[in-house]
Amino acid sequence: MSFPKVLRGKAWTFAANIDTDQIIPAKYAIYSLDEKELGKHAMEGVPGHETWASQVAAGDILVAGSNFGCGSSREIAPVAIRGAGISLVIADSYARIFFRNAINMGYPILQSPQAAEAVQEGDELEVDLEDGIVRNFTKGDEYRCEAFPQFMNELLHMGGLVPWVRKRLEERRKAAS
Amino acid sequence: MGMTMTEKILARGAGRESVKPGDLVLAKVDFAMGHDLTIPPAGKIMREQMGAEKIWDPERVAVTQDHFQPAKDAASAALGRLTREFSRDMGVKWYFEVGQGGICHTVLPESGLVLPGELVVGADSHSCTYGALNNFATGIGSTDLACVLALGELWFRVPETLKFVYHNRLKEWVEAKDLILYVIGQIGVDGARSKAMEHTGEALKHIDMEARLTITNMAIEAGAKNGILEFDEVTKQYLDGRAKRPYTPVTSDPDAAYEKVFEFDAEKVELGVAKPMSPDNYAPLSEVAGTRLDQVFIGSCTNSRITDLRRAAAVLKGRKVASGVRLIITPSSHQVAIQAEKEGLIGTFLAAGAAWTTATCGACLGGHMGVLGDGEVCLSTTNRNFPGRMGHPKAQVYLSNPAVAAASAVTGVITHPSEVLAHLPAQVA
Repeated sequence: MSFPKVLRGKAWTFAANIDTDQIIPAKYAIYSLDEKELGKHAMEGVPGHETWASQVAAGDILVAGSNFGCGSSREIAPVAIRGAGISLVIADSYARIFFRNAINMGYPILQSPQAAEAVQEGDELEVDLEDGIVRNFTKGDEYRCEAFPQFMNELLHMGGLVPWVRKRLEERRKAAS
Repeated sequence: MGMTMTEKILARGAGRESVKPGDLVLAKVDFAMGHDLTIPPAGKIMREQMGAEKIWDPERVAVTQDHFQPAKDAASAALGRLTREFSRDMGVKWYFEVGQGGICHTVLPESGLVLPGELVVGADSHSCTYGALNNFATGIGSTDLACVLALGELWFRVPETLKFVYHNRLKEWVEAKDLILYVIGQIGVDGARSKAMEHTGEALKHIDMEARLTITNMAIEAGAKNGILEFDEVTKQYLDGRAKRPYTPVTSDPDAAYEKVFEFDAEKVELGVAKPMSPDNYAPLSEVAGTRLDQVFIGSCTNSRITDLRRAAAVLKGRKVASGVRLIITPSSHQVAIQAEKEGLIGTFLAAGAAWTTATCGACLGGHMGVLGDGEVCLSTTNRNFPGRMGHPKAQVYLSNPAVAAASAVTGVITHPSEVLAHLPAQVA
């Protein structure tokens, strides 16, 4: 899986402290192994967003306030957002398990208080993942993103924790033989 | 520079002399847990995507059937079966079937599986609970769990530590739950985001292990990576005859660095609740007393161990659940249920008109056996009341301790337990 360099899409904005029960209500955990089905219900628990997932166009960008993804450890939260067609999440900050889960999945997420503050719903965004810059075509603005530690960038670029574990298992097998 | 308990455990796991906040380390895991919602994806990722055929150490893994089990529908039964088959195929030593385990975060401590000084991970956010036993324990996702199952190691960012000092003692009726709700109300649901919460002070010396587990259980509700307590005589006694492995307690160095130190006078903490729709929406009980209720739920990994049920039973003994309200009591483990039966608590609950269920996460996460409908109001001893957590997004959930929950079930409105019972009997207080 190759990591994209530039993404473009329309912004969907959310407030601070959106928790995993709002991102994907627990009753849909029965679809834990079905990303498409989870995607149909993404953000359904956020009041007023009961049919949100059906309005998302593939490639759209989700922009949220602080502590995004707080609450449970369910990895189906980022899985559902990806399943809905969102190409990238930008937030003021993330709850730690949501953050880990996204990185481990190789799913691009960015942290930018500037963007979280300024972007409005419907804004057309272009995101340069390598330089960590968000361009807002609607407003003619540009926002910086915070740099992640080297290891997290490596994980993201190699496609997440799965290829990393495969490599490590391979090293162990070689060492054992 | 000295290290905190959290830093020492991560340093040992990483095979390093020392670590500091912000370091990214690859650390060996001492114990791992997954359940019926997180084992199926983790097992699939581990076998099909990572290409691992077995788990790193079957003796250091626990699996519980607790979230949607006993199966609430056919889809949950399928997840239960995947969980069961994975555990069997991998030879998981600590597999807890329906009717023999219960909620992971009660089962692991009571079975002596999570021990002082250890590095513990669980694919469930409330895995931070175990830290009351002087270990580093944190919640992880399913890909994380797959990595741990395959390799026995995982990456961690060493967290900054916040220290919480509780002076003096809690007053009558005021429980660990009230204390942690108060603290979360002070610092907010992201007040400890990605950080370690180290709890210490006089007040903690006088509370038992079950109450301590309530405090660390809710670390995640402040966004924390882990909650951790010192090892003392209470810890030692709890583990005597229970610990499944030898262990080495850990202490923070006197010159350890804390990002911030919070000091509280425990004696000044009042009975309280978290109001809808967030665990940090703290209010003293007096502010919400009289709020009409549709349902009272006593359950969850936060507040449904035996000491919790004893307090609830003391309040309910010889009384009836008020007309117009329903009381659901879900023990947090099968062992808790066995003990409750021995002590006659179940008879008290049934005579009061409460529904008594099998041990499961159940209503806490809006799973089954007590899911709330549109606009319903519930007082719950659980941990989280974000919109939709227990069912309908417009249901209103208040969080409280078990004695308040029991008293409120008797009156049908949020009630101070002293209005129902003058004093708690000394043996359950």
